Amino acid sequence: MTTLLDALRFIGHNGALPSDPAAPTLVHLTLQMLWISGIGIAISLAVGLPIGAWLGHLHRFSFAAINISNIGRALPSLAVLAIGDAILGLGLTVTEVALVILAAPIVLTNAYVGIAGVDPEVVDAARGMGMTGWRILWRVEVPLAIPLLFAGIRTAAVYVVATATIASLAGYNGGLGYIISDEQSYHLSGVLGAAICVAALALLVEGVLALAQRQLTPRGVRLEHQARGEEDVDALVPAAAAISAP
Amino acid sequence: MIVLASAGPVIPVFGGAPSSYACERANRLFCPDWVSQNWSNVLWPALRQHVVLSVVAVVIGFVIAFALALLAYRRRAVERPIILISGILYTIPSLALFEILVPIKALGLSVRTAEVALVSYTLLILFRNIVTGLRNVPDDVREAARGMGMTARQSLWRVELPLALPSIIAGVRIATVTVIALGTVASYICDQGLGVPIFQAIQDGVFKTELIVAGGLAVALALFADGLLVLLQRALTPWSRARAR
Repeated sequence: MTTLLDALRFIGHNGALPSDPAAPTLVHLTLQMLWISGIGIAISLAVGLPIGAWLGHLHRFSFAAINISNIGRALPSLAVLAIGDAILGLGLTVTEVALVILAAPIVLTNAYVGIAGVDPEVVDAARGMGMTGWRILWRVEVPLAIPLLFAGIRTAAVYVVATATIASLAGYNGGLGYIISDEQSYHLSGVLGAAICVAALALLVEGVLALAQRQLTPRGVRLEHQARGEEDVDALVPAAAAISAP
Repeated sequence: MIVLASAGPVIPVFGGAPSSYACERANRLFCPDWVSQNWSNVLWPALRQHVVLSVVAVVIGFVIAFALALLAYRRRAVERPIILISGILYTIPSLALFEILVPIKALGLSVRTAEVALVSYTLLILFRNIVTGLRNVPDDVREAARGMGMTARQSLWRVELPLALPSIIAGVRIATVTVIALGTVASYICDQGLGVPIFQAIQDGVFKTELIVAGGLAVALALFADGLLVLLQRALTPWSRARAR
Protein backbone atom coordinates (compact mmCIF):
# COMPACT_ATOMS: atom_id res chain seq x y z
CA MET A 1 0.00 0.00 0.00
CA THR A 2 2.78 2.43 0.89
CA THR A 3 4.46 1.55 -2.40
CA LEU A 4 1.31 2.48 -4.24
CA LEU A 5 1.11 5.79 -2.39
CA ASP A 6 4.76 6.44 -3.19
CA ALA A 7 4.05 5.69 -6.84
CA LEU A 8 1.16 8.15 -6.90
CA ARG A 9 3.38 10.69 -5.19
CA PHE A 10 6.00 10.06 -7.87
CA ILE A 11 3.40 10.74 -10.54
CA GLY A 12 2.32 13.90 -8.71
CA HIS A 13 5.89 15.19 -8.40
CA ASN A 14 6.91 14.43 -11.94
CA GLY A 15 3.68 14.75 -13.80
CA ALA A 16 3.60 18.48 -14.39
CA LEU A 17 4.80 20.09 -17.55
CA PRO A 18 8.49 20.94 -17.25
CA SER A 19 9.68 24.28 -16.06
CA ASP A 20 13.07 23.19 -17.33
CA PRO A 21 12.49 22.05 -20.91
CA ALA A 22 15.55 19.79 -20.85
CA ALA A 23 14.18 17.61 -18.05
CA PRO A 24 11.63 15.07 -19.27
CA THR A 25 8.50 14.72 -17.19
CA LEU A 26 5.98 11.92 -17.14
CA VAL A 27 3.65 13.91 -19.37
CA HIS A 28 6.51 14.40 -21.76
CA LEU A 29 7.39 10.70 -21.81
CA THR A 30 3.76 9.64 -22.13
CA LEU A 31 3.28 11.93 -25.11
CA GLN A 32 6.49 10.59 -26.60
CA MET A 33 5.14 7.06 -26.24
CA LEU A 34 1.86 8.12 -27.80
CA TRP A 35 3.83 9.53 -30.72
CA ILE A 36 5.95 6.36 -31.15
CA SER A 37 2.84 4.17 -30.93
CA GLY A 38 0.86 6.47 -33.21
CA ILE A 39 3.39 6.14 -36.01
CA GLY A 40 3.47 2.36 -35.58
CA ILE A 41 -0.33 2.07 -35.61
CA ALA A 42 -0.64 4.37 -38.63
CA ILE A 43 1.86 2.36 -40.69
CA SER A 44 0.26 -0.93 -39.62
CA LEU A 45 -3.14 0.32 -40.74
CA ALA A 46 -1.73 1.65 -44.01
CA VAL A 47 -0.22 -1.78 -44.71
CA GLY A 48 -2.79 -4.13 -43.20
CA LEU A 49 -6.16 -2.59 -44.03
CA PRO A 50 -5.88 -2.26 -47.84
CA ILE A 51 -4.28 -5.67 -48.34
CA GLY A 52 -6.67 -7.45 -45.98
CA ALA A 53 -9.75 -5.69 -47.34
CA TRP A 54 -8.82 -6.28 -50.97
CA LEU A 55 -8.00 -9.97 -50.44
CA GLY A 56 -11.25 -10.34 -48.52
CA HIS A 57 -13.12 -8.67 -51.36
CA LEU A 58 -11.60 -11.12 -53.84
CA HIS A 59 -11.95 -14.09 -51.45
CA ARG A 60 -8.40 -15.09 -52.35
CA PHE A 61 -5.45 -16.38 -50.28
CA SER A 62 -7.66 -17.08 -47.28
CA PHE A 63 -5.22 -19.52 -45.69
CA ALA A 64 -2.35 -17.06 -45.75
CA ALA A 65 -4.48 -14.09 -44.71
CA ILE A 66 -5.95 -15.92 -41.73
CA ASN A 67 -2.76 -17.57 -40.53
CA ILE A 68 -0.43 -14.62 -40.84
CA SER A 69 -1.77 -13.16 -37.61
CA ASN A 70 -1.14 -16.43 -35.80
CA ILE A 71 2.50 -16.17 -36.82
CA GLY A 72 2.54 -12.49 -35.84
CA ARG A 73 1.16 -13.43 -32.45
CA ALA A 74 3.74 -16.16 -32.00
CA LEU A 75 6.66 -13.78 -32.50
CA PRO A 76 7.83 -12.65 -29.06
CA SER A 77 8.01 -8.86 -29.31
CA LEU A 78 10.99 -8.79 -26.99
CA ALA A 79 12.97 -11.09 -29.28
CA VAL A 80 11.96 -9.16 -32.42
CA LEU A 81 13.11 -5.90 -30.85
CA ALA A 82 16.29 -7.42 -29.50
CA ILE A 83 17.22 -9.03 -32.81
CA GLY A 84 16.54 -5.76 -34.63
CA ASP A 85 18.70 -4.09 -32.03
CA ALA A 86 21.52 -6.58 -32.53
CA ILE A 87 21.51 -6.43 -36.30
CA LEU A 88 20.79 -2.79 -37.04
CA GLY A 89 21.19 -0.94 -33.77
CA LEU A 90 18.04 0.14 -32.00
CA GLY A 91 16.66 3.52 -32.92
CA LEU A 92 13.22 4.81 -33.71
CA THR A 93 13.28 3.16 -37.15
CA VAL A 94 13.97 -0.35 -35.90
CA THR A 95 11.39 0.09 -33.14
CA GLU A 96 8.77 1.13 -35.68
CA VAL A 97 9.68 -1.77 -37.98
CA ALA A 98 9.21 -4.18 -35.08
CA LEU A 99 5.89 -2.58 -34.13
CA VAL A 100 4.63 -2.91 -37.70
CA ILE A 101 5.80 -6.53 -38.00
CA LEU A 102 3.82 -7.35 -34.87
CA ALA A 103 0.70 -5.26 -35.46
CA ALA A 104 0.08 -5.25 -39.22
CA PRO A 105 -0.77 -9.00 -39.43
CA ILE A 106 -3.51 -8.60 -36.80
CA VAL A 107 -5.05 -5.72 -38.76
CA LEU A 108 -4.75 -7.66 -42.02
CA THR A 109 -6.38 -10.84 -40.74
CA ASN A 110 -9.29 -9.02 -39.17
CA ALA A 111 -9.84 -6.94 -42.29
CA TYR A 112 -9.81 -10.12 -44.37
CA VAL A 113 -12.18 -12.04 -42.08
CA GLY A 114 -14.50 -9.04 -41.77
CA ILE A 115 -14.77 -8.31 -45.49
CA ALA A 116 -14.83 -11.94 -46.63
CA GLY A 117 -17.53 -12.69 -44.06
CA VAL A 118 -20.02 -10.16 -45.44
CA ASP A 119 -23.21 -11.96 -46.50
CA PRO A 120 -22.74 -12.95 -50.19
CA GLU A 121 -26.41 -12.18 -50.88
CA VAL A 122 -25.87 -8.58 -49.84
CA VAL A 123 -22.89 -8.35 -52.20
CA ASP A 124 -24.96 -9.92 -55.00
CA ALA A 125 -27.71 -7.39 -54.38
CA ALA A 126 -25.19 -4.57 -54.62
CA ARG A 127 -23.84 -6.00 -57.85
CA GLY A 128 -27.39 -6.29 -59.15
CA MET A 129 -27.86 -2.60 -58.46
CA GLY A 130 -24.96 -2.00 -60.83
CA MET A 131 -22.23 -1.21 -58.33
CA THR A 132 -18.64 -1.72 -59.41
CA GLY A 133 -16.14 -3.76 -57.35
CA TRP A 134 -14.64 -0.66 -55.73
CA ARG A 135 -18.00 0.76 -54.78
CA ILE A 136 -19.16 -2.57 -53.38
CA LEU A 137 -16.03 -2.72 -51.24
CA TRP A 138 -16.27 0.87 -50.06
CA ARG A 139 -20.03 1.37 -49.73
CA VAL A 140 -21.23 -2.10 -48.72
CA GLU A 141 -18.51 -4.41 -47.44
CA VAL A 142 -16.46 -1.97 -45.36
CA PRO A 143 -19.42 -0.52 -43.40
CA LEU A 144 -20.74 -3.99 -42.67
CA ALA A 145 -17.31 -5.19 -41.58
CA ILE A 146 -16.69 -2.27 -39.20
CA PRO A 147 -16.97 -4.36 -35.99
CA LEU A 148 -14.29 -6.82 -37.12
CA LEU A 149 -12.13 -4.15 -38.73
CA PHE A 150 -12.12 -2.30 -35.44
CA ALA A 151 -11.51 -5.46 -33.46
CA GLY A 152 -8.25 -5.74 -35.40
CA ILE A 153 -7.36 -2.07 -35.11
CA ARG A 154 -7.98 -2.00 -31.36
CA THR A 155 -6.09 -5.20 -30.66
CA ALA A 156 -3.21 -3.96 -32.78
CA ALA A 157 -3.18 -0.58 -31.00
CA VAL A 158 -3.01 -2.20 -27.59
CA TYR A 159 -0.27 -4.47 -28.86
CA VAL A 160 1.71 -1.52 -30.18
CA VAL A 161 1.55 0.41 -26.90
CA ALA A 162 2.66 -2.70 -25.00
CA THR A 163 5.53 -3.31 -27.40
CA ALA A 164 6.62 0.32 -27.35
CA THR A 165 7.06 -0.12 -23.60
CA ILE A 166 9.17 -3.21 -24.10
CA ALA A 167 11.34 -1.36 -26.63
CA SER A 168 13.20 0.33 -23.81
CA LEU A 169 14.10 -3.04 -22.31
CA ALA A 170 15.71 -3.87 -25.61
CA GLY A 171 17.76 -0.70 -25.37
CA TYR A 172 15.70 2.06 -26.99
CA ASN A 173 15.71 5.23 -24.91
CA GLY A 174 12.28 6.67 -25.36
CA GLY A 175 8.91 6.70 -23.70
CA LEU A 176 7.89 5.47 -20.29
CA GLY A 177 9.63 2.11 -20.61
CA TYR A 178 12.78 4.12 -20.05
CA ILE A 179 11.75 4.61 -16.42
CA ILE A 180 10.36 1.10 -15.99
CA SER A 181 13.65 -0.44 -17.06
CA ASP A 182 15.75 1.69 -14.70
CA GLU A 183 14.78 0.72 -11.19
CA GLN A 184 18.18 1.70 -9.83
CA SER A 185 17.58 5.37 -10.51
CA TYR A 186 13.84 5.63 -10.04
CA HIS A 187 13.22 3.01 -7.32
CA LEU A 188 10.14 0.86 -7.16
CA SER A 189 7.85 3.86 -6.71
CA GLY A 190 9.04 5.43 -9.96
CA VAL A 191 8.82 2.15 -11.85
CA LEU A 192 5.32 1.57 -10.53
CA GLY A 193 4.31 5.16 -11.31
CA ALA A 194 5.49 4.80 -14.90
CA ALA A 195 3.73 1.44 -15.18
CA ILE A 196 0.49 3.07 -14.05
CA CYS A 197 0.96 5.76 -16.71
CA VAL A 198 1.50 3.10 -19.39
CA ALA A 199 -1.63 1.25 -18.32
CA ALA A 200 -3.61 4.49 -18.36
CA LEU A 201 -2.29 5.34 -21.82
CA ALA A 202 -3.26 1.92 -23.19
CA LEU A 203 -6.76 2.18 -21.72
CA LEU A 204 -7.10 5.70 -23.11
CA VAL A 205 -6.07 4.66 -26.64
CA GLU A 206 -8.48 1.74 -26.41
CA GLY A 207 -11.30 4.00 -25.21
CA VAL A 208 -10.79 6.54 -27.99
CA LEU A 209 -10.86 3.78 -30.62
CA ALA A 210 -14.02 2.34 -29.04
CA LEU A 211 -15.69 5.72 -29.41
CA ALA A 212 -14.50 5.94 -33.02
CA GLN A 213 -15.98 2.50 -33.68
CA ARG A 214 -19.33 3.63 -32.26
CA GLN A 215 -19.32 6.67 -34.50
CA LEU A 216 -18.40 4.72 -37.62
CA THR A 217 -20.76 1.77 -37.20
CA PRO A 218 -23.73 2.30 -39.53
CA ARG A 219 -26.99 2.74 -37.64
CA GLY A 220 -28.57 -0.17 -39.45
CA VAL A 221 -25.88 -2.54 -38.24
CA ARG A 222 -26.25 -1.28 -34.67
CA LEU A 223 -30.03 -1.68 -34.75
CA GLU A 224 -29.69 -5.19 -36.16
CA HIS A 225 -27.37 -6.15 -33.32
CA GLN A 226 -29.84 -4.78 -30.80
CA ALA A 227 -32.71 -6.59 -32.46
CA ARG A 228 -30.82 -9.85 -32.11
CA GLY A 229 -30.45 -9.14 -28.41
CA GLU A 230 -26.67 -8.87 -28.62
CA GLU A 231 -25.33 -6.52 -26.05
CA ASP A 232 -23.16 -3.73 -27.21
CA VAL A 233 -20.16 -5.08 -25.31
CA ASP A 234 -17.98 -5.19 -28.40
CA ALA A 235 -17.88 -1.45 -28.39
CA LEU A 236 -16.61 -1.39 -24.82
CA VAL A 237 -13.68 -3.76 -24.66
CA PRO A 238 -10.87 -4.86 -26.94
CA ALA A 239 -11.88 -7.80 -29.01
CA ALA A 240 -9.52 -10.73 -28.86
CA ALA A 241 -9.01 -10.36 -32.62
CA ALA A 242 -10.40 -12.65 -35.23
CA ILE A 243 -11.08 -16.13 -34.05
CA SER A 244 -10.02 -18.50 -36.79
CA ALA A 245 -12.13 -21.43 -35.75
CA PRO A 246 -11.43 -24.44 -37.96
CA MET B 1 15.63 -8.56 -11.16
CA ILE B 2 17.81 -8.15 -14.17
CA VAL B 3 19.49 -4.80 -14.19
CA LEU B 4 20.41 -3.66 -17.64
CA ALA B 5 23.97 -2.61 -18.26
CA SER B 6 24.47 1.03 -18.98
CA ALA B 7 26.20 2.27 -22.07
CA GLY B 8 29.94 1.79 -22.36
CA PRO B 9 32.19 -1.15 -22.98
CA VAL B 10 30.85 -4.46 -21.81
CA ILE B 11 32.65 -7.73 -21.51
CA PRO B 12 30.48 -10.34 -23.20
CA VAL B 13 29.68 -13.45 -21.24
CA PHE B 14 29.64 -16.15 -23.82
CA GLY B 15 28.97 -18.96 -21.37
CA GLY B 16 29.86 -22.62 -21.72
CA ALA B 17 33.25 -24.20 -22.24
CA PRO B 18 34.98 -22.41 -25.07
CA SER B 19 36.83 -24.24 -27.78
CA SER B 20 37.41 -21.12 -29.81
CA TYR B 21 35.95 -17.67 -29.51
CA ALA B 22 36.65 -16.77 -33.13
CA CYS B 23 33.01 -16.67 -34.17
CA GLU B 24 31.90 -14.88 -31.02
CA ARG B 25 34.68 -12.33 -31.26
CA ALA B 26 33.82 -11.61 -34.88
CA ASN B 27 30.28 -11.05 -33.58
CA ARG B 28 28.69 -12.90 -36.45
CA LEU B 29 24.96 -13.18 -36.68
CA PHE B 30 24.91 -16.85 -35.81
CA CYS B 31 27.47 -19.15 -34.19
CA PRO B 32 26.41 -22.81 -34.43
CA ASP B 33 29.18 -23.88 -32.02
CA TRP B 34 27.74 -21.72 -29.27
CA VAL B 35 24.38 -23.41 -29.67
CA SER B 36 25.76 -26.93 -29.38
CA GLN B 37 27.92 -25.96 -26.40
CA ASN B 38 25.13 -24.23 -24.53
CA TRP B 39 22.20 -26.40 -25.44
CA SER B 40 22.26 -28.55 -22.33
CA ASN B 41 23.10 -25.91 -19.72
CA VAL B 42 21.38 -22.77 -21.03
CA LEU B 43 18.87 -23.36 -23.77
CA TRP B 44 17.27 -26.66 -22.82
CA PRO B 45 16.52 -25.65 -19.19
CA ALA B 46 15.14 -22.33 -20.41
CA LEU B 47 12.92 -24.09 -22.93
CA ARG B 48 11.66 -26.52 -20.29
CA GLN B 49 10.90 -23.70 -17.86
CA HIS B 50 9.11 -21.84 -20.62
CA VAL B 51 6.90 -24.84 -21.32
CA VAL B 52 6.00 -25.16 -17.63
CA LEU B 53 5.39 -21.41 -17.31
CA SER B 54 3.05 -21.40 -20.32
CA VAL B 55 1.20 -24.64 -19.54
CA VAL B 56 0.50 -23.59 -15.95
CA ALA B 57 -0.79 -20.19 -17.10
CA VAL B 58 -3.08 -21.64 -19.78
CA VAL B 59 -4.45 -24.37 -17.50
CA ILE B 60 -5.22 -21.97 -14.62
CA GLY B 61 -6.62 -19.42 -17.06
CA PHE B 62 -8.81 -22.08 -18.65
CA VAL B 63 -10.21 -23.29 -15.33
CA ILE B 64 -11.11 -19.74 -14.26
CA ALA B 65 -12.48 -18.73 -17.66
CA PHE B 66 -14.47 -21.96 -17.97
CA ALA B 67 -16.17 -21.46 -14.60
CA LEU B 68 -16.93 -17.82 -15.42
CA ALA B 69 -18.21 -18.75 -18.88
CA LEU B 70 -20.62 -21.37 -17.52
CA LEU B 71 -21.88 -18.77 -15.06
CA ALA B 72 -22.34 -16.18 -17.81
CA TYR B 73 -24.01 -18.75 -20.06
CA ARG B 74 -26.69 -19.31 -17.42
CA ARG B 75 -26.90 -15.71 -16.19
CA ARG B 76 -26.45 -13.16 -18.92
CA ALA B 77 -26.25 -10.31 -16.42
CA VAL B 78 -22.73 -11.27 -15.28
CA GLU B 79 -21.32 -11.40 -18.82
CA ARG B 80 -20.85 -7.67 -19.19
CA PRO B 81 -18.90 -7.05 -15.96
CA ILE B 82 -16.68 -10.09 -16.59
CA ILE B 83 -15.88 -8.93 -20.12
CA LEU B 84 -15.17 -5.41 -18.90
CA ILE B 85 -12.77 -6.50 -16.17
CA SER B 86 -10.95 -9.09 -18.26
CA GLY B 87 -10.87 -6.53 -21.09
CA ILE B 88 -9.11 -4.00 -18.90
CA LEU B 89 -6.61 -6.66 -17.77
CA TYR B 90 -6.03 -7.59 -21.40
CA THR B 91 -5.39 -3.96 -22.34
CA ILE B 92 -2.71 -3.24 -19.74
CA PRO B 93 0.69 -3.66 -21.38
CA SER B 94 2.57 -6.72 -20.19
CA LEU B 95 5.62 -4.96 -18.79
CA ALA B 96 3.46 -2.49 -16.85
CA LEU B 97 1.30 -5.28 -15.46
CA PHE B 98 4.33 -7.24 -14.28
CA GLU B 99 5.64 -4.15 -12.51
CA ILE B 100 2.28 -3.25 -10.98
CA LEU B 101 2.03 -6.74 -9.46
CA VAL B 102 5.53 -6.74 -7.95
CA PRO B 103 4.74 -4.56 -4.88
CA ILE B 104 1.99 -6.97 -3.79
CA LYS B 105 3.51 -8.74 -0.79
CA ALA B 106 2.34 -12.25 -1.61
CA LEU B 107 3.76 -12.04 -5.13
CA GLY B 108 6.96 -10.01 -5.30
CA LEU B 109 9.70 -10.92 -7.74
CA SER B 110 8.69 -14.50 -8.30
CA VAL B 111 7.20 -16.97 -10.72
CA ARG B 112 3.82 -16.38 -9.05
CA THR B 113 3.77 -12.77 -10.27
CA ALA B 114 4.57 -13.91 -13.78
CA GLU B 115 1.80 -16.52 -13.66
CA VAL B 116 -0.80 -14.05 -12.35
CA ALA B 117 0.02 -11.66 -15.19
CA LEU B 118 0.05 -14.39 -17.86
CA VAL B 119 -3.23 -15.87 -16.60
CA SER B 120 -4.84 -12.43 -16.72
CA TYR B 121 -4.03 -12.22 -20.43
CA THR B 122 -5.73 -15.54 -21.20
CA LEU B 123 -9.02 -14.72 -19.44
CA LEU B 124 -10.64 -12.47 -22.03
CA ILE B 125 -9.73 -14.68 -24.99
CA LEU B 126 -10.84 -17.92 -23.34
CA PHE B 127 -13.99 -16.50 -21.75
CA ARG B 128 -15.17 -14.97 -25.00
CA ASN B 129 -14.58 -18.06 -27.07
CA ILE B 130 -16.23 -20.42 -24.59
CA VAL B 131 -19.33 -18.22 -24.25
CA THR B 132 -19.56 -17.61 -28.01
CA GLY B 133 -19.17 -21.33 -28.68
CA LEU B 134 -21.96 -22.20 -26.27
CA ARG B 135 -24.26 -19.44 -27.52
CA ASN B 136 -23.82 -20.56 -31.12
CA VAL B 137 -25.22 -24.02 -30.45
CA PRO B 138 -28.47 -24.07 -32.48
CA ASP B 139 -31.65 -23.88 -30.41
CA ASP B 140 -33.23 -26.91 -32.09
CA VAL B 141 -30.24 -29.04 -31.06
CA ARG B 142 -30.77 -27.92 -27.47
CA GLU B 143 -34.46 -28.71 -27.75
CA ALA B 144 -33.75 -32.12 -29.25
CA ALA B 145 -31.53 -32.90 -26.26
CA ARG B 146 -34.29 -31.81 -23.92
CA GLY B 147 -36.75 -33.92 -25.94
CA MET B 148 -34.57 -36.98 -25.49
CA GLY B 149 -35.07 -36.52 -21.77
CA MET B 150 -31.72 -34.98 -20.91
CA THR B 151 -31.48 -32.70 -17.92
CA ALA B 152 -29.95 -29.26 -18.39
CA ARG B 153 -26.68 -30.54 -16.96
CA GLN B 154 -26.57 -33.57 -19.26
CA SER B 155 -27.40 -31.41 -22.25
CA LEU B 156 -24.59 -29.02 -21.33
CA TRP B 157 -21.90 -31.67 -20.96
CA ARG B 158 -22.96 -34.13 -23.65
CA VAL B 159 -24.39 -31.83 -26.33
CA GLU B 160 -23.62 -28.15 -25.96
CA LEU B 161 -19.99 -28.31 -24.81
CA PRO B 162 -18.94 -30.83 -27.49
CA LEU B 163 -20.54 -28.65 -30.15
CA ALA B 164 -18.78 -25.59 -28.74
CA LEU B 165 -15.38 -27.35 -28.85
CA PRO B 166 -14.11 -25.78 -32.11
CA SER B 167 -14.64 -22.29 -30.72
CA ILE B 168 -13.23 -23.25 -27.31
CA ILE B 169 -10.09 -24.78 -28.82
CA ALA B 170 -9.67 -21.78 -31.11
CA GLY B 171 -9.54 -19.70 -27.94
CA VAL B 172 -7.07 -22.04 -26.27
CA ARG B 173 -4.87 -21.79 -29.37
CA ILE B 174 -4.79 -18.00 -29.30
CA ALA B 175 -4.26 -17.95 -25.54
CA THR B 176 -1.42 -20.49 -25.70
CA VAL B 177 0.43 -18.70 -28.48
CA THR B 178 -0.01 -15.34 -26.72
CA VAL B 179 1.24 -16.71 -23.41
CA ILE B 180 4.30 -18.32 -24.99
CA ALA B 181 5.24 -15.06 -26.70
CA LEU B 182 4.59 -12.95 -23.59
CA GLY B 183 6.43 -15.45 -21.40
CA THR B 184 9.71 -14.04 -22.66
CA VAL B 185 8.88 -10.70 -21.04
CA ALA B 186 8.10 -12.50 -17.77
CA SER B 187 11.80 -13.20 -17.38
CA TYR B 188 12.17 -9.55 -16.49
CA ILE B 189 10.72 -10.28 -13.07
CA CYS B 190 11.64 -13.94 -12.55
CA ASP B 191 14.58 -15.99 -13.75
CA GLN B 192 12.54 -18.46 -15.76
CA GLY B 193 12.00 -19.27 -19.38
CA LEU B 194 13.40 -18.29 -22.74
CA GLY B 195 13.46 -14.63 -21.81
CA VAL B 196 16.48 -15.31 -19.59
CA PRO B 197 18.95 -15.84 -22.44
CA ILE B 198 17.32 -12.97 -24.33
CA PHE B 199 17.79 -10.53 -21.44
CA GLN B 200 21.28 -11.94 -20.90
CA ALA B 201 22.10 -11.16 -24.52
CA ILE B 202 20.62 -7.66 -24.31
CA GLN B 203 22.69 -7.05 -21.21
CA ASP B 204 25.89 -8.27 -22.85
CA GLY B 205 25.13 -6.01 -25.74
CA VAL B 206 27.17 -7.58 -28.51
CA PHE B 207 26.31 -11.22 -28.94
CA LYS B 208 23.54 -12.07 -31.40
CA THR B 209 23.34 -15.87 -31.43
CA GLU B 210 21.69 -16.05 -28.02
CA LEU B 211 18.94 -13.68 -29.14
CA ILE B 212 18.27 -15.47 -32.38
CA VAL B 213 18.25 -18.96 -30.89
CA ALA B 214 16.11 -18.07 -27.85
CA GLY B 215 13.69 -16.01 -29.95
CA GLY B 216 13.56 -18.76 -32.55
CA LEU B 217 12.88 -21.39 -29.90
CA ALA B 218 9.98 -19.32 -28.54
CA VAL B 219 8.45 -19.04 -32.01
CA ALA B 220 9.01 -22.74 -32.68
CA LEU B 221 7.44 -23.64 -29.34
CA ALA B 222 4.40 -21.46 -30.09
CA LEU B 223 3.89 -22.99 -33.54
CA PHE B 224 4.41 -26.51 -32.17
CA ALA B 225 1.85 -25.94 -29.41
CA ASP B 226 -0.56 -24.49 -31.96
CA GLY B 227 -0.13 -27.56 -34.15
CA LEU B 228 -0.69 -29.90 -31.20
CA LEU B 229 -3.94 -28.12 -30.35
CA VAL B 230 -5.14 -28.43 -33.95
CA LEU B 231 -4.51 -32.18 -33.76
CA LEU B 232 -6.32 -32.29 -30.41
CA GLN B 233 -9.33 -30.58 -31.94
CA ARG B 234 -9.38 -33.04 -34.83
CA ALA B 235 -9.28 -35.95 -32.42
CA LEU B 236 -12.03 -34.50 -30.24
CA THR B 237 -14.44 -33.47 -32.99
CA PRO B 238 -14.50 -36.32 -35.52
CA TRP B 239 -18.00 -35.28 -36.67
CA SER B 240 -16.84 -31.96 -38.09
CA ARG B 241 -14.58 -33.77 -40.55
CA ALA B 242 -17.30 -36.22 -41.49
CA ARG B 243 -19.58 -33.30 -42.35
CA ALA B 244 -16.93 -31.59 -44.44
CA ARG B 245 -16.56 -34.64 -46.63
